[in-house]
Amino acid sequence: MSLAIPPHQLQLNEHGQLKHFLTTENLSTEILTEILDTAESFSSVGQQAVKKVPLLRGKTVVNLFFEASTRTRTTFELAAKRLSADVLNINISASATSKGESLMDMLWNLEAMDSDMFIVRHQDSGAPHFIASQVCPNVAIINAGDGRHAHPTQAMLDMYTIRKHKGDFRNLKVAIIGDITHSRVARSQVHALNGLQVGEVRVIGPKTLIPHDMEHLGAKVFYNMEQGLKDVDVVIMLRLQKERMNSALLPSEHEFYRLYGLTTEKLAFAKPDAIVMHPGPINRGVEIETAVADGPQSVILKQVNYGISVRMAVLSMAMSGQSTAITATSEAINGEHGA
Amino acid sequence: MKFTPSSPNPQSIKIAGGRVIDPLSQRDEIADIYVVDGFIQRIVPVNDNSANTQDIHTDITINAEGKLVIPGAVDLCARLREPGQEYKGTIHSETQAAAAGGVTHLCCPPDTNPVIDSPAVAALIQERAHQSGYAHVLPIGAMTHDLEGTQLSEMHALQEAGCIGVAQLRNAIKDNRVLLRCLEYAATFDLTVFFQSVDLSLQGDGIVHESFTSTRLGLPGIPRSAETVALARDLLLVEQTGVTAHFGQLSCARSVEQIAAAQQRGLPVTADIAVHQLLFNDEAIDGFNSQYHVNPPFRSEIDRKALIDAIKSGVVTAITSDHQPHEVAAKSAPFAATEAGISSIETFLPMSFGLVRDGILSEQEWVTCIATTPASIIKIDAGKIAENSMANLSIFDPSAQWQLTPDALHSDGKNSPLLGKTISGRTCATIYNGRVVFQLS
Repeated sequence: MSLAIPPHQLQLNEHGQLKHFLTTENLSTEILTEILDTAESFSSVGQQAVKKVPLLRGKTVVNLFFEASTRTRTTFELAAKRLSADVLNINISASATSKGESLMDMLWNLEAMDSDMFIVRHQDSGAPHFIASQVCPNVAIINAGDGRHAHPTQAMLDMYTIRKHKGDFRNLKVAIIGDITHSRVARSQVHALNGLQVGEVRVIGPKTLIPHDMEHLGAKVFYNMEQGLKDVDVVIMLRLQKERMNSALLPSEHEFYRLYGLTTEKLAFAKPDAIVMHPGPINRGVEIETAVADGPQSVILKQVNYGISVRMAVLSMAMSGQSTAITATSEAINGEHGA
Repeated sequence: MKFTPSSPNPQSIKIAGGRVIDPLSQRDEIADIYVVDGFIQRIVPVNDNSANTQDIHTDITINAEGKLVIPGAVDLCARLREPGQEYKGTIHSETQAAAAGGVTHLCCPPDTNPVIDSPAVAALIQERAHQSGYAHVLPIGAMTHDLEGTQLSEMHALQEAGCIGVAQLRNAIKDNRVLLRCLEYAATFDLTVFFQSVDLSLQGDGIVHESFTSTRLGLPGIPRSAETVALARDLLLVEQTGVTAHFGQLSCARSVEQIAAAQQRGLPVTADIAVHQLLFNDEAIDGFNSQYHVNPPFRSEIDRKALIDAIKSGVVTAITSDHQPHEVAAKSAPFAATEAGISSIETFLPMSFGLVRDGILSEQEWVTCIATTPASIIKIDAGKIAENSMANLSIFDPSAQWQLTPDALHSDGKNSPLLGKTISGRTCATIYNGRVVFQLS
């Protein structure tokens, strides 16, 4: 049954090309590098007089956001528009489901409007995988964040940022700091970093925010910033959701900041030329000091800019892989009919 | 395939040449069984030349050569969904599925809607089951009013209305003092309490076993302690009150260790394990396959092996189907939004028989776990094959191979992770109260 196919297999067509983009887990170094190279080739589009390339001309891309988001949705929209696609934005609040329409019915309706691609953000882990395997297999599904599972385009723009500033991944030590348990970004980063054969991945946080068996996922666990940041080339801070404070995961913002907040003093434990990243939006004074966020080592704003070309790369690659898959399927069907 | 509901007029049946297995009498031999007027009249070993069966008239002969003739299975936990959730299943459809699965007696947990907290609901369920006539349905009453965990239910009235025990299922009793009072009150009437031990605060928003798999898939985990902490409390309160207790659907190695320790210090507690817990571990959910969404969740391979060991060693003496039929939509959603449970009563016998094929249990021990001890746990006269006892039998072909398809399931719930797979072993016929209620054509 198609249901049992893990996301990393489901997202590839028979030629091993992306036809969906659901996760960075188990993606080959080649595909990960191809995404970064393709993004690089799109990086100048924003500087052109006409900021468009015709790769997705005539294609309909639907931004399907079941969870609120401004930045991710906007960069996806911009990426699709720069690829000349027609873009539809649908923000589905809880009200749509309270009308009794099931997720499947809604998706089938959108598919019936000849959509070519869904960019999906959903609060449930595995939702884009469910849509790709069960609901709309002939629509390219791009995961824009699902539950705690994955946020693969965010991870890829982080990889792009790291490569841009640090070059070869193989000698780098990267530390991810904060709420790993609830972070889809962290999971996708760990998978992508390992796929790109990075020297060492570390996660740093209190035990309440580090998920079970994290080492097995491919990251060394540290509970202490001084030890965890030693010799690190890249420091990635995660956003700390305010609601975590009320769920007995942490005693207070103050204690978290004292222990794990990235201050100038703590950043000094890392290599002097270490870069500081954050997927945003940042909580100044909670997980990061303003002086660090705006300081010379910070590349936070550049990440946002890189996000557009990385998403252009993913959208164009998945659309191309999906078209190949559909052509192959229809040829097979026609072949059967012919025989 | 033929279904015939049991009616007040039983048939005369000869079950010829099957391997008759009855743990209670230690019988394991090729024999003919004569069923007349609802009762087993004679059991005649085929090599018994002195037996005179000329005087027994039978209308129907079932050839059971090469098959096992066993007591009808007694299932301690099967959801029928009626009243209240008839879109998932009805007493008619699910008892028909039970018949097709070789189950003649089943316990129905109280989480119907309305819940079984009044004699009227208990009576309704038994009446519907009686009308359907495929299996004996024994309701388990709610231990607290509406399963809300605050007010004791009218346990004595429920007992009089046919409930074989009481349960709170996986609903919280926040105040341990209320739980203590419930157990004392149940003990007053020698009512068995069916526990499904869970600490809901430790379970939190968890939906799968807390492990590497839950971390990878980003699905909130349920730690083992959600079961083991509650089980420890429950066992201590059982010891204090002296109530008869049965612990259902255990999932952890530490849980069966606790049961073993309690039994060693003389507590008369029994336990069961849901059949699918013997088959799968937490890695089965890879690919977000909602057919493997169950509660308690599939745990590690170490736990799975410990559960099998507990059955082998006799710490756990019963296997249940934990049958939970669902409509298609309940499983068609992102994993966390799907409902837990497997439609399992029709694969209960073949899947548990896997323990015999794997050399873990003998045929006798297998029958003990699915029929004999479950019947003794709920104190009913069933789970045995003996002359002059009611004829409740299942004829099971251990070598049959069949494909599980939605159409092959008689249950309204087509939710099974085994769909599309080849199943080894199959119920060929079921005799309930002296009538053939199911026969594979």
